Amino acid sequence: MALIAADTNLVADPTFKAAMSALGAGFAYGLAAIGPGIGIGIVVGNAVQAMARQPEAAGLVRTTMFLGIAFTEALALIGFVVFILLKFA
Amino acid sequence: MILGLVFPPLDEILRWKPLFGHGDLAFNKIGLIAFLAAAATLAIFFAAGSKAKKSVVPTGVQNMAEVSVDFVREQIVLQAMGEHKEDLAWTGYLLVLFFFVLFSNSTEVIPFFQMPATARMGIPLFLALISWIAFIVMGVKKSGAGYLKAAVVPPGVPFLMLFLAVPIEIISTFLVRPFSLAVRLFANMLAGHLLLVTFSVMGHDLLLAKTKQVFLIPMTVLPFILFILITIFEVLVIVLQAYIFTILTAVYLGGAMHPEH
Repeated sequence: MALIAADTNLVADPTFKAAMSALGAGFAYGLAAIGPGIGIGIVVGNAVQAMARQPEAAGLVRTTMFLGIAFTEALALIGFVVFILLKFA
Repeated sequence: MILGLVFPPLDEILRWKPLFGHGDLAFNKIGLIAFLAAAATLAIFFAAGSKAKKSVVPTGVQNMAEVSVDFVREQIVLQAMGEHKEDLAWTGYLLVLFFFVLFSNSTEVIPFFQMPATARMGIPLFLALISWIAFIVMGVKKSGAGYLKAAVVPPGVPFLMLFLAVPIEIISTFLVRPFSLAVRLFANMLAGHLLLVTFSVMGHDLLLAKTKQVFLIPMTVLPFILFILITIFEVLVIVLQAYIFTILTAVYLGGAMHPEH
């Protein structure tokens, strides 16, 4: 990467810039989706388990589950915003 | 070029031309949707309120308004802010917030609008800043300067660890909270809008494929089916994001007003 960056002709090339920002955008969102994906799986899985064990607490568990999802999902969404910024801005 | 799909530039799907005015004061489709959402929220509750004097058994819009007030009070205020009678004063704000976000979102799937007003950063950011100011002001009002100490100093942390914990708490409470509140709503609606645009553009390009690629035309049915499925999914997202925005505001307010929890 250092070698590529050292080639100033390449860095000034708009096609190269566009390609690199597209690559960066793709990686940014792809990597940002891994953690929250696992996290939401854990949150919802445990919520379903809790609801199955104590159906009478389902309402409370559901509210808490949505809160947990919202906090976890924020990370993926920040990745999505980075994707938009890299791709279009 | 088979399936040479040209995605429309961001200007065409997000930055609407001004309906009137120009520059920073231009009034475009987003502004129109925001005004309509506010008007619809007001209209529902004024219509329900004026009827309440006449009928004892609620019907129609009055029934709907009463159900939604009950929903916000039972499912949002009492669940998220704790069982405190004085918190019920926030029901009004949270109710209006819920409906405004719901209506601003729902233009995403309404024909002719086809654009959620919350997919531009302005409206979510403004609403998140109101929530941010509200929970700081309520915290300071309830417990004075002690609120700021309680918010940034976690209890039971050794002295040396405070140098690490206090900056983290300051960032997470006063910077990340409003930012993530705004970005969550904005990015969810923007992602949904882009998905719908992607599949409608795909369907359009396949349906109008050049004569040499006539075998592509029946394939239009695939993006069309996905378009319908995603529209149904987006209806879920619209309601869920309005609910999450409201309940997170309630959680932040409850945390600031009742630090003992």
